[in-house]
Amino acid sequence: MSVEREIAVDYLARVEGEGAMYLKLKGEEVLDLKFKIFEPPRFFEAFLRDRRFSEAPDITARICGICPIAYQTSACNAMESAGGVQLTGGLRSLRRLIYCGEWIESHALHVYFLHAPDFLGYDSALGMATDFPEQVQMGLRLKKIGNQIMTLIGGREVHPINVRVGGFYRVPTRRELETLVPDLEWALEAAAATTRWVSGLPFPDFERDYEFVALQHPDEYAIQEGRIASNRGLNISVDEWGDHFEESQVSWSNALHARRKGGGAYHLGPMARYSLNSEQLTPVARKVAEEAGLGSSCNNPFRSIVVRAVEIAFACEEALRLIEGYTRPDNPSIEVEPRDVTGHGASEAPRGTLYHRYAIDSGGLITEAHIVPPTSQNQLSIEDDLRAYVVGRTQLTDDQLQWQLEQAIRCYDPCISCATHFLDLTVDRE
Amino acid sequence: MSSPRPRLAIWKFASCDGCQLTLLDAEDHLLDIAGVIDIAYFPEAARGEIEGPYDLSLVEGSITTPHDAERIIAVREMSTTLVTIGACATAGGIQALRNWANVDEFLSIVYAQPQYIDTLATSTPISDHIDVDFELRGCPISKYQLIEVIDAFLHRRKPNIPRHSVCVECKMRGTNCVMVAQGIPCMGPVTQAGCGAICPAYDRGCYGCYGPSQSPNIDSLAAWWERLGVAEVDLVRALRTFNAYAPEFRDASEAYER
Repeated sequence: MSVEREIAVDYLARVEGEGAMYLKLKGEEVLDLKFKIFEPPRFFEAFLRDRRFSEAPDITARICGICPIAYQTSACNAMESAGGVQLTGGLRSLRRLIYCGEWIESHALHVYFLHAPDFLGYDSALGMATDFPEQVQMGLRLKKIGNQIMTLIGGREVHPINVRVGGFYRVPTRRELETLVPDLEWALEAAAATTRWVSGLPFPDFERDYEFVALQHPDEYAIQEGRIASNRGLNISVDEWGDHFEESQVSWSNALHARRKGGGAYHLGPMARYSLNSEQLTPVARKVAEEAGLGSSCNNPFRSIVVRAVEIAFACEEALRLIEGYTRPDNPSIEVEPRDVTGHGASEAPRGTLYHRYAIDSGGLITEAHIVPPTSQNQLSIEDDLRAYVVGRTQLTDDQLQWQLEQAIRCYDPCISCATHFLDLTVDRE
Repeated sequence: MSSPRPRLAIWKFASCDGCQLTLLDAEDHLLDIAGVIDIAYFPEAARGEIEGPYDLSLVEGSITTPHDAERIIAVREMSTTLVTIGACATAGGIQALRNWANVDEFLSIVYAQPQYIDTLATSTPISDHIDVDFELRGCPISKYQLIEVIDAFLHRRKPNIPRHSVCVECKMRGTNCVMVAQGIPCMGPVTQAGCGAICPAYDRGCYGCYGPSQSPNIDSLAAWWERLGVAEVDLVRALRTFNAYAPEFRDASEAYER
């Protein structure tokens, strides 16, 4: 006789924001499964109306304290594309460099503080610090180096003040940037050591055939700009997003669900980027990926921690390359004056593609704003993962199943503050 | 078994997580803090939780839902000392822009089925709902000020958080006045210090993310901005950002809107 079981996590921990999970099982059968986001809505898209186009980067940064650069960059990209301009030279390098800082900071936070404790059986990295002092110290220093890049270029690590449409308010000198080099050289080695460490963690045997979606760029591993591509043949410019993706509302989530038009779930984030663009990784990052046993693609979401570590190595190497080639631009910004136009922008937030669209009127005011954060796009994929993961694992106790499912959610580094714009888990067994 | 170390809890309401991240961003001090304080409830960083009561609660975010209006009362009841952190918790945050709008219209702009969403018509600071022992301002807060508040709590003293304006910090930093020297509109004269006067050091006017300083003379600032050619509508916009519902900024923005 099969008994109905209910597993509920009412407040998911070690994610950014407020989320929950609910699972109802009858024997082997999943009766109901929901990944819920209950973060209270803050209505950014509504109050951006009637604001100046130039205010979008600072206002949208406040959607997320973990990835403000992603918001600022996607907003700048949209406004610049609306104004028909593109950053080049030193300004483009600085935009990519500050984004490398955010990748290092956010990934180090996730790898060491939010994800690793799951594999090692700790509640938190602070709990881990007694038994793994070297690792926790290394994670903290890596995170700090990412923050240093953001602070040097952006003025501070949370909600940087120096990013504007068309560039920056003040651009650093080459000598200022060079002060980052010794720490970045240490960080590159630490990221390689991190990759070796996390590649030896115990991973469940679990793979899925995802549609990976990420930005792609002809010349580089895409971060701050590119075309939208997938492993199933999608290749579109950012302004075609609305032709290929759609959002719908479900009763159990304050975040809209996104899907491929005429299709279903898709997967954003480090695994998608790696699977699409790994050939463009920098040499050390490619080497550590190979040593860690990553092939040309990674389809086990639990191993995303390895891909994140590889991306830390990449971001350090890329940052060093950008500093090496930097020439201080003559002007800190270029003029952008979008009028009577709609602009689209996207960039690769640490957790996946972040898309913005703005309509601007003849006075430069925003008349419509549309923001699609990576976590809301990953919701369907997360639910599909959970449903697939339960199969063959219903013999686990409720506690075991709950922890493993929480971990499966954390693989996505979900940023719930962004998506609503939450995590809480319930398992019900009949 | 009771713990000899004081228990810290960190709570989130409507916010971006940036202020609680500031604690994790105190990389050089985090393990020291964890050595003297029991971080008993911090869901962003830890799965486990130790039940209350708590000696110190740090509260991030504003009150925007009926459920949160009840939850904050429960948080107060289980906290000996309660400190609000950041512009959302101390002034309602950027989401307080709804306070001048029709929230039903806002709902319909973002959601196809607004009936699924449970929200209040306003976003209000924590102190509108419960007694607060100290308010630490900023969007985001400064990690140095956060460590000062925690240290002051541990030593049972008043936190040393000045209420003077950003102008004082520019002088201390040796930054030339961007408004006088470059004609850049700056909120520094009416904004509380604490950030380190970053914006002027980057050739940008302060945009008020630490909220109003003590007794701000906003009329004088408005006259300055007028001379610099800033339209009143843009002064209202500048007052209505991350601390829009802080009383001094709120009242001034309403006066200049008329």
